[in-house]
Amino acid sequence: MSERFISPLVRDVPPSGIRRFFDIAGTMKDAISLGVGEPDFVTPYHIRNAAIDSLLAGETQYTANRGLLPLRREISGYISSRMHMEYDPEKEILVTVGASEGIDLSLRTCIRPGDEVLIPDPGYVSYAPCVTLAGGMPVSVKTDVRDGFRLSAEMLEKCITPKTRALVFPYPNNPTGVVMAKADLEAIAPLIIKHDLLVISDEIYCELTYDGEQHTSIASLPGMRERTVMLNGFSKAFAMTGWRLGYACGPAPLIEQMNKIHQYTIMCAPRQSQVAAIEALQKGRENQYQDIENMRKSYDRRRRLMVNTFNEMGLSCTSPGGAFYCFPSIRETGMTSEEFCTRLLREKKVVCVPGTAFGEAGEGFIRCCYATAVDQLTEAFKRISEFLQTI
Amino acid sequence: MENLKLELLELLQEDCRMPLEKLAVMTGKALDQVAQAIDEMEKDGVILRYRPVINWDKMQSNRVEAMIEVRVTPQRDMGFDAIASRIYRFDEVKSVYLMSGGYDLLVLVEASTLKELALFVSEKLSTLDTVTGTATSFVLKRYKQDGVVFEKRSPDGRLVISP
Repeated sequence: MSERFISPLVRDVPPSGIRRFFDIAGTMKDAISLGVGEPDFVTPYHIRNAAIDSLLAGETQYTANRGLLPLRREISGYISSRMHMEYDPEKEILVTVGASEGIDLSLRTCIRPGDEVLIPDPGYVSYAPCVTLAGGMPVSVKTDVRDGFRLSAEMLEKCITPKTRALVFPYPNNPTGVVMAKADLEAIAPLIIKHDLLVISDEIYCELTYDGEQHTSIASLPGMRERTVMLNGFSKAFAMTGWRLGYACGPAPLIEQMNKIHQYTIMCAPRQSQVAAIEALQKGRENQYQDIENMRKSYDRRRRLMVNTFNEMGLSCTSPGGAFYCFPSIRETGMTSEEFCTRLLREKKVVCVPGTAFGEAGEGFIRCCYATAVDQLTEAFKRISEFLQTI
Repeated sequence: MENLKLELLELLQEDCRMPLEKLAVMTGKALDQVAQAIDEMEKDGVILRYRPVINWDKMQSNRVEAMIEVRVTPQRDMGFDAIASRIYRFDEVKSVYLMSGGYDLLVLVEASTLKELALFVSEKLSTLDTVTGTATSFVLKRYKQDGVVFEKRSPDGRLVISP
C-alpha cells in the first residue's frame, strides 16, 4: 500500500546483484566465502587505541564539516609523499563517510539532469545507481579480457556524445584488479581534455598493487588536476572498512560545492573515525607505512597462490596487478557466471560473486577475493576443483 | 636470497607443513631456489625443528609446567653460559633464557606431577653451586603461545558478500 509514496526514480534502481547470493549464503553454516570485499586484517591496534583514547577523553562533539583540520593536513601530507600531488588542506580536501559518500557527492555536485556519465564495465556496483539517483544517465564502457580489461581511448571515444559530462575512473579496479599504468593514462587524458569531461577517480585500492605495478593518479597528468575529483579512504589501505572514513580531493570550487551537500546531509564524518585516521597517517609517516606494506605483502602471497591454483584448475586467470581480487574466466564450463556461482554455492558451499554483478562485461567471469586465510583458501580451492570434476 | 629466506620463515612459522610447491608459488620463486634456501637454513641452524603448537589441555595427559626465575653468580671467563648449559641439560628443562632485569635466567620446566617438579627445583636446580636463588611460578592456563590463541577462533566478522 505504501508503495505509492516511493519515487519512481528510486523504485526503478535495480537492487544490487549480490543481494540474492547474500540471502542464500547467509543461511548456510559452513560456507567458505571468497565473496568478501574487505581486508581480513582488523584495524592495527595503535589505530583502534587512538579512537578509544579519544572517546575516553570525551571527544564526542561534531567536527568541522570538512573534517578535523589536523586530519586534512595529514591527508595532504600523505598524498604529497605517496602520490606526489599537492592539495590544500583548507580548501581542496573534504573528509567523507567512506569513499562511497565521495562518489555520491561528486556526482550530485556535477551532474545535471540527462547528463551522461561513462562507467567502465566491469566496475564497482555503486557508480551507475548513484549516477541515476543524481539525475544522470549511466553509460557503460565495456572493457574486454582480450585487452586485459584495460580502458582505452578508442573504447571511450565510441561512448562519448555531446551529453557526456563525466567519467568514473575506478583503478586499481574492483573486480578485475586492473591497474592503469602511467602510459595507459597518458593515452586517455588528451581525449578527456578534448571533450572537456570531469573525472571522478576512485583510488581506494591505490596502496594495493603488485608485481612492480605502480599506481599513478590520473589527476597528476598535465591538464587533469582541474577536472578531477580524487576519491580515497582508509578502508582498504588501513583495514578500516567499518569506520566509514574517506576523503575527496579536488579543485577548491568543486570541493566547496560538495561540502554544501555534505554539510546539509551528513554534517561531518564521525569524530572517532577521524581521530583514528590521524593516528593511521601519523604513524605511517613515522614508520614508512609499515602496516600497509605488511598487509600488502601478505595479500601478494595469497594472490600468487590463487592465480596459480585457478590456472591449474583450468579456470584461466590473468595476474591482477592491484586490489585483492582475482577475476578468473569460467567460460570453459559453458555456464553463465550466475549459474556457476549459484551451483558452486549450493553444491559445494563456496561463495563467489558472479562477474555480472559488476556489469554485463563481467559475464563469463567470477570475482574471488583472496583476502582470506590460506587454510580457508586451500579448502575453497579443493571444493571448486571437486565442483569442476562434476560438471 | 636473504629476502626470500625471511619470507619463507614467515610462511613456515604460520604453517611448517606447507609444501615446497606452495611456498614457491606464494613467494613467486623457483622451486629449486626455495628448496635450496630452506636447505641452507636447516644447515645453518636457522631452522632447528618443525613442530606443532599443541594444546595439551585437550588431551588426557598429566603435565605440570613452571617458570622459574633463577639468580646465579656468573663465572669468571664463562659469564652465564656455563651455568646455563648445566641447567639446560636436565630433561625436565624445556627452555632457558638469559634475562635482563631482576633475575638472570628464566627456566621453563615440565614434569608429570607437582611433586616431581618441586623435587627438581629443590634437589637439582637449587643445589647447583652458582645458583643463589630461585622463584617458581606454576603455569595455570595457556591463552596464547607462539602467536597462536588457544581459545576457539573468533568468528570472521565480515559479511559473507560485500561489493
